[in-house]
Amino acid sequence: MPLWKNYYLAQSIPEALTRLNEGARLIAGGTDLLLEIQQGVQPPPESLVDVCNIPELNSLEIRGKDLFIGAAVPLNHIAASQLVQENAQALVEACNLIGGPQVRNTATLGGNVAHALPAADGTIALLALDAQAESISSEGSSISGLEELFLGPRRSTIEANQALLVGFYLPLRKSSQASAFRRVMRPQGVALPVLNIAVWLQRKKDRIADAHLALGPSGPTPLRARMAETVLRGEKISQVLIEKVYTILLEEVHLRTSPYRASADYRKHLAKILLQDAIEIAWERAGDN
Amino acid sequence: MDFNLNGKPISIDPQPGEMLVDLLREQLGLTGTKVGCNEAECGSCTVVVDGEAVLACAYPAARAAGRSVITIEGLSQLAQSPRELIEQDELEQKILHPIQEAFIQCGAVQCGFCIPGQIMTAYALLEHDPDPDDETIHHALKDTLCRCAGYPSIMNAVRAAGERMRTGKPIGAAEFQAASPLKVIGNSYIRPDAFDKVTGRSKFTDDLKFEDMLHARVKRAGVPHAIVKSINIEKARQLPGVITVMTADDIPGEKYHGLVIYDWPVLVGVGKRVRTIGDALAIVAAESRVIATQALDMIEVEFEDQPVVSDPVQARDESSPAIHPDGNLLKHIKIRKGNIEQGFAEADMVLEHVFHTGIYEHAFIEPECSIARLTPEGRMEVYVGSQIPYADRNQIARVLGWPEEKVRVIGMMIGGGFGGKEDIAGQIHAALLTERTGRPVKLLFDRHESMLVHPKRHATQIRVKMGAKLDGRLTAVESELYGDTGSYASLGEKVMTRATTHSSGPYEMPHAKADCFAMYTNNPPAGAFRGFGVTQSCFAVESMMDMLAERLEIDPVEIRQINALRLGSTTNTGQELQESVGLLDCIQQVQSEMESRTDGDPFKTRTSSGTEHLRRAWGFAVAYKNTGLGGGAPDKSAAEVELCPDGILEVRTSSAEIGQGLVTVLQLIVAQEFRTSPANVRVLLSDTDLTPDGGPTTASRQTYVSGNAARLAAQVLHQAISSTLAEKYDCPPQEVHFEEGLVRLNGNSVPMEEVYLEMKKEGRSPRALYEYWAPSTDQLEDGGNMHFAYSFAAQAAEVEVNTNTGEVKVLNVIVANDVGKAINPLGLQGQVEGGVVMGLGNALTEHFIVEEGRVVTDRLARYRMPSIVQTPQIYSIVIEHPTQDGPYGAKGVGELSSIPTTPAITNAIYNAVGVRFDKLPVDQEEIIRQLNQFSKAAEYHEE
Repeated sequence: MPLWKNYYLAQSIPEALTRLNEGARLIAGGTDLLLEIQQGVQPPPESLVDVCNIPELNSLEIRGKDLFIGAAVPLNHIAASQLVQENAQALVEACNLIGGPQVRNTATLGGNVAHALPAADGTIALLALDAQAESISSEGSSISGLEELFLGPRRSTIEANQALLVGFYLPLRKSSQASAFRRVMRPQGVALPVLNIAVWLQRKKDRIADAHLALGPSGPTPLRARMAETVLRGEKISQVLIEKVYTILLEEVHLRTSPYRASADYRKHLAKILLQDAIEIAWERAGDN
Repeated sequence: MDFNLNGKPISIDPQPGEMLVDLLREQLGLTGTKVGCNEAECGSCTVVVDGEAVLACAYPAARAAGRSVITIEGLSQLAQSPRELIEQDELEQKILHPIQEAFIQCGAVQCGFCIPGQIMTAYALLEHDPDPDDETIHHALKDTLCRCAGYPSIMNAVRAAGERMRTGKPIGAAEFQAASPLKVIGNSYIRPDAFDKVTGRSKFTDDLKFEDMLHARVKRAGVPHAIVKSINIEKARQLPGVITVMTADDIPGEKYHGLVIYDWPVLVGVGKRVRTIGDALAIVAAESRVIATQALDMIEVEFEDQPVVSDPVQARDESSPAIHPDGNLLKHIKIRKGNIEQGFAEADMVLEHVFHTGIYEHAFIEPECSIARLTPEGRMEVYVGSQIPYADRNQIARVLGWPEEKVRVIGMMIGGGFGGKEDIAGQIHAALLTERTGRPVKLLFDRHESMLVHPKRHATQIRVKMGAKLDGRLTAVESELYGDTGSYASLGEKVMTRATTHSSGPYEMPHAKADCFAMYTNNPPAGAFRGFGVTQSCFAVESMMDMLAERLEIDPVEIRQINALRLGSTTNTGQELQESVGLLDCIQQVQSEMESRTDGDPFKTRTSSGTEHLRRAWGFAVAYKNTGLGGGAPDKSAAEVELCPDGILEVRTSSAEIGQGLVTVLQLIVAQEFRTSPANVRVLLSDTDLTPDGGPTTASRQTYVSGNAARLAAQVLHQAISSTLAEKYDCPPQEVHFEEGLVRLNGNSVPMEEVYLEMKKEGRSPRALYEYWAPSTDQLEDGGNMHFAYSFAAQAAEVEVNTNTGEVKVLNVIVANDVGKAINPLGLQGQVEGGVVMGLGNALTEHFIVEEGRVVTDRLARYRMPSIVQTPQIYSIVIEHPTQDGPYGAKGVGELSSIPTTPAITNAIYNAVGVRFDKLPVDQEEIIRQLNQFSKAAEYHEE
C-alpha cells in the first residue's frame, strides 16, 4: 500500500478544516509523521492535508502585546527571525537544536507541539515563555495555555478535536526580562535527548522578580515546574537558592530511568547542572537590557 | 503539478505516497540524488527547494507544486557568469559549479555516495552565506553524513568554494606529497572518478533500471532462534502484481552460502532452524516495490521458539543450546611463545584486566542493492557493489546449480564497504528470482534491513595479563579472547585469528600465550570490519600499557618505546621482522608533535580559569596491522594492462573500489611504469567477464597485491612494446624510452596510438596479464611468518571532558603511519581522516545494541556515527619504511589508520578525569557516575 492516497495542499484554514472533517490527517512539516507512517508506527492514511501553504499559519509578526508565530513557520525561519531573537531567546536556542539542519527547514513549531512528546525542545521553550496556543476547528477558534493541549504522551486536544494549530502568542519581552534553553544529549545508544530545560526570568535590581521554568522529560506530558518557579520569585541568585529550587524541582517532576537513554540518577544530576546554567544565562541576559 | 526543476518549468503528476526523491529518481530518471537511509537521518538525498536544503526522502512530492527545486544535475548550469564557469584541461573542459570543483580539488570525494547531498547542502549554505566560519559550516553540514568521513577535506572544500564564489580566486589543489616522490608515485592526484561523483553521474546499483524489471523483497524471520513450523505464501502469491514467491524448496542448487564455510542458509525452510532475526524465509518479486512490501505482510509463518544464545561466553557453556550441528565453537585459536609461567615468574609487576567491546555497524551510506538479469544467451548477469566479485559469482552459481562461467558479476560504484560488503546480501536472491521469472529483478535493502542482515564487527571479551620488569620491559603477555561471531561464520575465524595474533600489541616479549574462542550466538552475524579484530585487541592492549605505565611510574610513550617491535624483533607468533618496521619512528614523531603543542606533561589534566569543569589531556596509543591475508592463505591478484587504439593504457582487475582510492593507486602505478600522465591511464574494475581476479578487497591488501599485479603487468607490456619497436626502428630495447604518452627511440617520437598499430601489425598482443603471488606465509599453527608485511602507527589524541555533564570532545589527533611508501598522498590523507573519525565513533558514539538476539538500534536514527561536528583537527605524518616486495615499497593503511584512535581517546579520558574505560563505547553517564560516586543504576532496565 502506498504511504497515502491523496495529498491535499490546503490554501486556507476553511479548506483544511473541510479536509480534516472528511477524515484527512493533518500534515505540517511531516518530519515525524512521515517517518512514523513509513516505519509502520502509524497506519497509512487515506488522505493527508498539508497546511504549510496557508498564509495565516506562516505569519510571524507582532500582534498587539504579543509576538505571533504561525504554526507552520519552519524552525529555521524562527531561529533566524530577528523578532524571535529579540523576544524569545530560549525558543531560538531550542529551534536550533531540533533535528538536523535540513529537517529544520521543513519541520514546524506546530508539529513539535502537536506531537505532544514530553521533552520536545520547542514545546519546553514555549512553556517557559508562557505561550498561548491558537487552534481552530469547525466549532470555532480558541486560545488556550499550552499545557491545556496535552492529554498524554503523543496525545493532544488538537488531534482529538480534529482541530488545527494556527499559531502561538508569546508575550513581547520587556526590559529586564530574558530566557534561555539548555539541553544534554547522549550520543551513545539510541541518541535521544537526556534532558532539556528552559528558563524565563524577570530581573528587578539584584532580585528575580518573576520566573518560569520547564524541563523535559518530566512526566507523561510537557509541564511547567510551577512550584520550583515560586521559590525563585523575589530571591537573589545564589548557590543556596539554586539548591533550594533544585530540591523543590525534584519533588515536583518525575525524572525517571529510560533504557539506553539515561538513568534517573544521571538525569537528576544534569537537572541541577542545567538549572544553574540556564538560570545564570537568563539572569545575565536580563541584566544586559 | 507544475514546478521549476533546475531552472526549467516542468509538469508532472506525483504518484500516491510518492516522496520527492522517488519522483526525481523513478519518474524523471534523475539518479544523482541518492537514498541512503530513507528515514531523514543521513542527508544523502538533500536537494534545494526554494533556496533551502531539504531531505527529498521525507518531502512529499506533491508539496513541490509551485516551488523551485535544484538537484545535483542542475548545479553546474547554475554557474552562471563566465567568471564562475570553471574550465580546466584535466577535467576535459567540463563545466562545474565552484563547489563541485572544490570537492574534487580538495580531495573531499571518496566513495562518492554522499557527495551529491554534501554538495547540495553546501550550496544552500553558500548561497545564504558565502563566507561562513567553521561553526557555521558545522551547523549546516551537521546531519549530512559521510562514512568515509572526509570531513576535514569537506571543510576545506566548502571554504575554498566560498572564496571562489566571493572573489573568483581559483581553487587550489590540496597539496600533499610523500617524503620521497617519484615521477608520478608519491604526488597527489585527483581521483579519476571524482568528476562523475560530484555531478551525480556515477552509477550505483540502485541507479540502474532495466525494462520490465521486477522489485524483490525478503521475508525476514524477525525471531532470533526458532524452528520454522510452517510458511504459508498462498495469500502473498495471489496479491495482484506479485509475480512469484519462493521458499527454500524452490532453490535449484546448493542451499547454503558463505565465504569460508557454507553455513548460511539462502532461505530457511520448514523444519529448519532460524539462527538470527535477519534470516531469510521467503523472497517475493513483484511489479513494484510497494506491492512486494505488501506481500511480505501476507506471508504467514509459524515458529517454535528456541532459547536464545546472546553472548560468546554463554555460548561456550555446555548447557547452552547448539546453534549449529557441530556446536557453538567456530574455532579455538592458540598462540604459544616461550613459557608463560616463567615469564610471569620473572616479572616484577603483573597486571590483569578484562575488557569488553561491543558490536558495531558499518553504516556505509549506500545500502546493499543487487540487480539480476538474464542475457539473451541465457547467462545470468548480477550488478552489485561488492568487495569480492569472484566470490559472489561462485556463491551465486552454486545456488543456481550453474557452472560459474554462466554467471557474470558486474561491479557498480560502491557507496562505502569497510568490510560490510564482502558477504552475500541480495545477490543470490535476485538471481534466483530472475531465473524463476525470466525478468530482471532489483533487490534493494532498506536501511532497517541492512542494519539487521549484513555481518557486523565482532563483540569481544578480552582478558589481558601482563608481566613487566620495573624498568618497563615486558616479560610476558597472556590473553584470552571471546569473539561473538553471531549466527554465521562469515569471516569470523579469520577476524578472530587476527584479533588473537595482535593481542599482545606491537611489542616484543619473550613469553606470550593467547587463547581465543570464536563462538556462534543468535546475534546478527559478525565478519569483516575495518580493523578486522585488531581494533578490539588494540583497545585492550593499549589500555593495559597505560595502566602498566602508571603502576610502574614510567611515561606512557617511554614504555612503548622500550617494548616496541623493531628490526630483528620476533613477534608473539614467532615471526622475525627483517625489514620495514617504522614503529619507533611513528612514536617519536607523534611524541614530538604532541610535545610541541603542550606546556609540561601532555598526559596531565589541564583546565582554564572560568571553565574548571572542562578538563583536557592527551592520550597515546600505537598499533600494527598486517597487510594481506597471511596465515598460509595463498594471496594473489591478477591484473591486465592493455594499450588501447586511442593510445590509452587500460588496467583491469576485479578488485573493488570502495572509496579507498584503489582506482587512483592503479592508475598512478601504470602511469609511473610508462612515465606518462595518469590521465593516459584508464582503470576498469570488478567485472568477472572483463577483469581478472584481484581477490577480495580486504586486509588492507589491494595496494600491495593488486598494485603489484598492475605494476608487473605494466612491465611485461612495456617490455613487449620496447622489443617490438626496437626491432622496427633497429635500436637496442633499452634505448626505447616512454615519455608523456610517447615512445622515444632512435631520434623518433612515436605516439601511443601508433604504437598500438605497430603492435597489431607485428602480430604482437598489446595486452599483458600478470598473476602476482604475494610472498608465502605460514599457518598460525606452524609458527613463523604469519604475514608478509606489517604497517605501524602511533596516535595521540587530545580530549576535553566536561565534568558537569560527562560529555567528551576530541580536539586534536596526531597520527603517524608507516605505510612503506605513499602512492597517492591525497588518497592517503582521506584514509587517515576517515580512519580517525571512524575510530572516534568506535570510542565515543557508536553502540549497536542487541538484546536477546533482537536489535534495538535497528534504524540509523538510533545508531550515531560521528558527524562533521565531532571531527577533531587531524594532523597526519607519513612515515615511509619501504617493504621490499611492496609496489615501490608500499604496504597497507586502510585499516591501520583507524585502529589506535580508540585507545588514544580512552587513555586521554583517563588522563583528564581519572575514569578508566574497559568497555566500549565510552558512556558519558559513567563518567559522571564515577566522578560523583553515585551508585551504579541497578534499576537501569526497569520501567
